[in-house]
Amino acid sequence: MAKKKTIRSIPQERTPMREQDPQVRAKNFEEVACGYSLDDALRESERCLMCPDQPCVSGCPVGINIPGFIQKLGEKNLRGAYDILTDTNLLPSICGRVCPQENQCEGVCTVGDSLEAVAIGRLERFVGDTAIKEGWVNIPYIEPNRFRVGIVGSGPAGMACAADMAKAGCDVTVYEAFHQAGGVLKYGIPDFRLPNEVIDAEINNLKKFGVKFECNTLVGRLFTIEQMLDEMGFHAVFVGVGAGYPTMLNIPGDSLNGVLSANEMLTRCNLMRGRDFPNFDTPQPIGRRVAVVGAGNTAMDATRVSLRLGSEKVYCVYRRSRTEAPARAEEVHHAEQEGVEFHWLTAPVAVLDDGKGNVRGMRCVRMELGEPDDSGRRRPVPVAGSEFDFEADLIIYAIGTNANPIMGQTSKLKLNKWGYIGADENLATSVAGVFAGGDIVTGAATVIEAMGAGRKAARSMKAYLGIRDSALAYSGDGAGTLFGIDMHERNFARVRIA
Amino acid sequence: MKANAMSNFEIVTREDFSDVTYLLEVRHPLMSKAAKPGQFVIVMLNEHGERIPLTIADFDIKKGTITLVIQAVGKTTRQMQQECRVGTSLYGMVGPMGIPSPTSHAKKVVCVGGGLGVAPIFPQARGFKQAGAYVIAVLGFRNKDLVFWEDKFKDCCDELILCTNDGSAGMKGMITDGIRVAMEGHSDIDEVVAIGPPVMMKACADATRAAKIKTMVSVNPIMVDGTGMCGGCRVKVGDQVKFACVDGPDFDGHLVDFDDLMLRLSRYTKVEKDAHERWSDSCRMTKQVGASALHELKRGAQKELLELPDPFEEAPGG
Repeated sequence: MAKKKTIRSIPQERTPMREQDPQVRAKNFEEVACGYSLDDALRESERCLMCPDQPCVSGCPVGINIPGFIQKLGEKNLRGAYDILTDTNLLPSICGRVCPQENQCEGVCTVGDSLEAVAIGRLERFVGDTAIKEGWVNIPYIEPNRFRVGIVGSGPAGMACAADMAKAGCDVTVYEAFHQAGGVLKYGIPDFRLPNEVIDAEINNLKKFGVKFECNTLVGRLFTIEQMLDEMGFHAVFVGVGAGYPTMLNIPGDSLNGVLSANEMLTRCNLMRGRDFPNFDTPQPIGRRVAVVGAGNTAMDATRVSLRLGSEKVYCVYRRSRTEAPARAEEVHHAEQEGVEFHWLTAPVAVLDDGKGNVRGMRCVRMELGEPDDSGRRRPVPVAGSEFDFEADLIIYAIGTNANPIMGQTSKLKLNKWGYIGADENLATSVAGVFAGGDIVTGAATVIEAMGAGRKAARSMKAYLGIRDSALAYSGDGAGTLFGIDMHERNFARVRIA
Repeated sequence: MKANAMSNFEIVTREDFSDVTYLLEVRHPLMSKAAKPGQFVIVMLNEHGERIPLTIADFDIKKGTITLVIQAVGKTTRQMQQECRVGTSLYGMVGPMGIPSPTSHAKKVVCVGGGLGVAPIFPQARGFKQAGAYVIAVLGFRNKDLVFWEDKFKDCCDELILCTNDGSAGMKGMITDGIRVAMEGHSDIDEVVAIGPPVMMKACADATRAAKIKTMVSVNPIMVDGTGMCGGCRVKVGDQVKFACVDGPDFDGHLVDFDDLMLRLSRYTKVEKDAHERWSDSCRMTKQVGASALHELKRGAQKELLELPDPFEEAPGG
């Protein structure tokens, strides 16, 4: 029998993960983090104490059985680890790369109380990547039912919902406005964080489940949500269209040539491959000196893409301090290593014109932190008389997004006062049979939260359609009922269990 | 993936109005049912292509097609002119995008089309007529060789004022002269709708400003996604910033900041010119020596400066 693990008996140091050298990787779009080898993964899996509390499981927005998959991994049963992961999360290679683990599973890890937390994200990525390499895909026998489900948006929320509904036996179609599926994973997150091949591999897995992807389809305009339910034969619809309408600063010089939103810059580079212009036709504006306003994950992506596009100087301008910056810690760290210059507590005041309508620089003012605002973060206030100018020829705004207006314009869905789709705690909207989740409900958030919302909506949709869910505990079960059906009612043989 | 189950973006008709302007009819039954006047599509020619917005010039529910009228002014539109024949397919086409033009309210409307703008103004003119309005069409071309769709407008409008710069067809004058004739003939015009190059739409808005006639224009900024998520198509309308793809493309012409629109339209001029030259070089080279030897020759090839039709000209016609 194995000796019981204690905090002193496990490897004390977190297994490092090989990364590309910062000076080298700042010039290429290959993945920064190279992933664990099998030995690395085995060693790191040793560090999990298999503690009884399992705070990591509740720390995960989708409740992955983390100790379970780590145990299988430790036994060198990689397929078994993949099986456990995909029970709750069909997209491990994506989550392992982009989840803010430090705020989720790793943030509450028991080992993290005294040492560095177990590198759960890296282990998840290792298992997911192995599955892709080996071509594993878990397709249990699924009894098809008669329900057709439509998913609007092929981003993380839509993909997660599609996965669950397909597993439940529904006929699932995912509609995407772009010419490629993947949503923000494709257009927003650059290849060096999340390669397009990984996204396409996960999409292919979904297709093996029978999920259909229809691109070049703008739901709301080509046909409405109401038409989907009334005319096109869908029984339930999930709306996961994201919140992509970019916020502009509304300072003088906003519309000069050389000012763009991070969304535009990243879409040109990542989705339209503007970085390979002219082999790809979409042009990519490249600045000698680039200033990115904002310090979220999108801002980090924009700064690091600018370095790789060949800019000499890349500045990150943020009106609060580093501790308030919303970006994932690893991204800020990587950006610093690669040579991005951070200007904390600095706010833009105007974009400066070169006289011909192009950007020549920016005027900023220094800030200091005052009282906390509604979000709990200390509000920045300008320091009088501290204005200064600096030279730049490309300004990128990465200061947040608002709700995309198309759903509101084209359907009867009730919106809240900021324009996001109103949804109750089961993610049901004001239109029967229509559910919504992700950024279009909550405002801009993370990929894993969107996936969590997609899964939650799937549970609600299954309940709405009357599909019994084997994962749920039905109230009253045990005393003559099974999955909420009275056992005396002998119809239960004809009920679909998913 | 190239096609979806609803359409493989096949081209069923091709017509050339001149050596610069051509018409494509694309099969997309679902879009032909959904399209409304004023809306546009975003098209990709191939996997390496860029996304370009093109206004829907017509839609035919019976045939299940939508019609695009295109002017070859840059690399992509020239390449499409060469490659899009009947039976070929586009790589992607998404739409109909934009807020449909409201056509149900006005009793007397002047529909103004300048050059290529004649095509997208057609469904609006027809829409107004179907809603019961009295429609006066004012169409402007450089000369009679560039005129197209005169009959289509005659069939669906109450009056047609045709203008050519040199007087070779219709009356001699600019678009604004045509508008003046319409305004002199009718004192009860409810609305003017003007589509064409920005400089022309600006002139039309100026022509009606004093008479305080509501003038709607359809702006044509550079776009990438067309679904409101990149902000590349932002225009200043009054003291607000709007996205042409989801808040437009129709706006009040008396509020649109045309100078800002034209400035932002020029932000890729050098890149566009270089791309166009490269494309023309490679076409010429391919014809002369075949694609395999092209690569070697490209390096030593002399670049000629090509004269492109100016998209900002008042009545380019084509």
